[in-house]
Amino acid sequence: MSSQDIPEENLPAEQDAHGAVSVADEQNPFADPGLPPHEHRVQDIDERAAKRSERVVAFLFTLSMLLTVGFIASYVAIPHDKAIFVFPIGHINALNFALGLTLGGALFTIGAGAVHWARTLMSDVEVADERHAIEAPPEVKAKVLADFKEGAKESALGRRKLIRNTMFGALALFPLSGVMLLRDLGPLPGTKLRHTIWSKGKLLVNMNTNLPLRPSDVAVGSLTFAKPEGLEETDEEFQTEIAKAALMIVRLQPDNIKDKRELEWAHEGIVAFSKICTHVGCPISLYEQQTHHVLCPCHQSTFDLSDGARVIFGPAGHALPQLRIGVSDEGYLQALGDFEEPVGPAFWERG
Amino acid sequence: MSTNENNERRDKAPAGEKIADWADGRLGIYSLAKSNMRKIFPDHWSFMLGEVCLYSFIIIILTGVYLTLFFHPSMNEVTYHGSYVPLQGQLMSEAFNSTMHISFDVRGGLLIRQIHHWAALIFLAAMFVHMMRVFFTGAFRKPREVNWLFGFLLFVLGMFTGFTGYSLPDDLLSGTGVRFMEGAVLSVPIVGTYLSFFLFGGEFPGGDFVARFYSIHILLLPGIMLGLVVGHLILVFYHKHTQFAGPGKTNNNVVGMPLLPVYMAKAGGFFFLVFGVIAAVAAIASINPIWAMGPYRPDMVSTGAQPDWYMGFSEGLIRFMPGWEINFWGHTLVLGVFIPLIIFPLVLVAIAVYPFIESWVTGDKREHHILDRPRNVPTRTAFGAAWISWYFVLLVGGGNDIWATHFHLSINSITWAVRVGFFVVPVLVFIATKRVCLGLQRRDKDKVLHGRESGIIKRLPHGEFVEIHEPLSQDALHTLTAHEQYEPAAIGATVDANGVERKVKGSQKLRAKLSEAYYGEESQIPKPTVEEYKEITSGHGHH
Repeated sequence: MSSQDIPEENLPAEQDAHGAVSVADEQNPFADPGLPPHEHRVQDIDERAAKRSERVVAFLFTLSMLLTVGFIASYVAIPHDKAIFVFPIGHINALNFALGLTLGGALFTIGAGAVHWARTLMSDVEVADERHAIEAPPEVKAKVLADFKEGAKESALGRRKLIRNTMFGALALFPLSGVMLLRDLGPLPGTKLRHTIWSKGKLLVNMNTNLPLRPSDVAVGSLTFAKPEGLEETDEEFQTEIAKAALMIVRLQPDNIKDKRELEWAHEGIVAFSKICTHVGCPISLYEQQTHHVLCPCHQSTFDLSDGARVIFGPAGHALPQLRIGVSDEGYLQALGDFEEPVGPAFWERG
Repeated sequence: MSTNENNERRDKAPAGEKIADWADGRLGIYSLAKSNMRKIFPDHWSFMLGEVCLYSFIIIILTGVYLTLFFHPSMNEVTYHGSYVPLQGQLMSEAFNSTMHISFDVRGGLLIRQIHHWAALIFLAAMFVHMMRVFFTGAFRKPREVNWLFGFLLFVLGMFTGFTGYSLPDDLLSGTGVRFMEGAVLSVPIVGTYLSFFLFGGEFPGGDFVARFYSIHILLLPGIMLGLVVGHLILVFYHKHTQFAGPGKTNNNVVGMPLLPVYMAKAGGFFFLVFGVIAAVAAIASINPIWAMGPYRPDMVSTGAQPDWYMGFSEGLIRFMPGWEINFWGHTLVLGVFIPLIIFPLVLVAIAVYPFIESWVTGDKREHHILDRPRNVPTRTAFGAAWISWYFVLLVGGGNDIWATHFHLSINSITWAVRVGFFVVPVLVFIATKRVCLGLQRRDKDKVLHGRESGIIKRLPHGEFVEIHEPLSQDALHTLTAHEQYEPAAIGATVDANGVERKVKGSQKLRAKLSEAYYGEESQIPKPTVEEYKEITSGHGHH
């Protein structure tokens, strides 16, 4: 580009500065010099540069059209279960990739075109607008207050106290109906949080195999998850029941068990604890064989299974409840009752 | 003017004008356009942050409506028969099943799901940054306090809309989050158990929460938010935009480009840019891959479970809190969960009420349309930085397991560091930020009085080397000295001329103390005066 054939009157020097004058004020060197003069862009003075900008904008808009066609073509042509390898992302769904990029591109080019148009071809002369106080002028305020007084007086609300008081009463009471209607959102808690479906004689069923557990199935160092006999995944109440009844079983050397009651409630060193964390109810699933610690992966509460599952770190407030277990006549592990205390997070009525 | 003439002119008018006439006769659009069509909007990169919020909100609504066409908000158990082989034959809720259907069997469904989720993350992040922009530049001052609150409410409601939204697919990760919420609700003294039963329609998880969250997520909260967004925008128009100090910019004007055409093209174009970028992100970056997590089961969990980022600070609160429980008279006070539940809103409220505290301290009742540079208000800037650091300490606490596994650190030491950092880090950041601000103020003062360092070294005849300082332009001199400086509010004499003691209220004393902390000698560098400038530049005091 050369500036030779730009008409003289288009050159910045030939145009008078935009009103703003930068005078060094003798009195105040920090005075506001006013809006700086407008500086011309190349597009303002060179029509060829402006043409080029026009072509760039038109190109972007055309590209957008092509990308939308590409979107439709991808939608029709690419099978929805096709995976492709894209470096460095890896294997991804081809249709999602194509649709997203064409849609994104089609939108982005519209935006880029519009912004380029605004920045290079539309006027970039800065204009000043006046602000007006948000507050109303005193006369307006006085008028409004007078009007309000007039209206209040005409309503006689202040004078006829009986009307006022009964109206407030009625307005205050009627929302109660709405509150009442919320009552049936759920049943009252009762003692539901205190009980699970564990009871005396229920066999401990391995969560993975769906078979009753024998003591010999539980090896030292392993962590087994169990559910009560009779609770099936297809049961309507399965989710709600397993949320309380989930059990984890580990085998310890009996002389490693520090807590006396834990030893009593165990069977040959096999102990069964609630799997539901006493903090906010996540299922505990990380077991460290060497230390017999279990860790809740949600908030890192750590319990010592060799010491009554008491809390040794983290935000949980009390030990995991233990389930008393024994062996049935057929040699299967069985519960000797329900948990003696509520499982899961603490609540006001827990005590 | 006769009616005939009028009619003739109207007949000749172009179609667009005729339509506009029709609308004006019924809606009065000409008067509306008169004051708004050429409305001036100032230009600054930070003013687009709010636009990112608005546009991502619109994108969320558009994609959300599409998703409702396919999503079944039901917790009935069904067996999966879709095209994702690893889960075939598994039991899952209809909510999960339909989300799988959207992701694998509706063409483009996965894309819209991912745009929806990515846009939600960006919406919240943009609101956070936008709010910080408004905070650090003092754009919340009179007359914009109400709009600050609207924005704050949008942020809080956005968090809960996000939470109820990502809980809808009923997958293993989000179900864990809902369980956490149940535990938190249970910790509320006296009524917690009842609240939980009413929320879930009985015991957790029950069969109701997806349907209930659905109506909250798609109707209740977005409806309120839409109203707030409209109000927010009306106020932006009504107050006119703020601007930074500079030549020609005063508290009584607004300098920039007109709405039609420049701002309309830029802002309208920017909507497409934001949408385009989010669509491209959704094409290449997977988000919330529910098929990898599987349907929710209350007895299962995956490691590294994290909420969406904006819920992370509440996660931090719950993770670092010691497990305090108090048992008395057959009741349990679950402080280990309840205290975080109380601090959670307080963290947010701390920043929300700040504008009102500041205006009480300054006692300034004037309108402010010129933005502050953060350095010129050191105490506010330090408070904001301390708040952000507090928030980030909690975010680290919320991801303590991720930090531990990625940086091979002990989870226990991270948790302890967060416990200490919760109290210590904001204080340190406050002190450091204030000092940095004061340092920057000194630098500005130096520049005004001694000019800009030119980088040119001059050797004097006697061998000394000096750097040449170039005087600033008048524009720069004005910009650097345009800010106002408050005087600390003094209580004044408490004993009058007759020796009668005046009662000073506690609140007055507190205000005077705060004012001293804000604007005392320790808290701001007096800006250069004309006299100082003249003395230095007049020649004999050349430095």
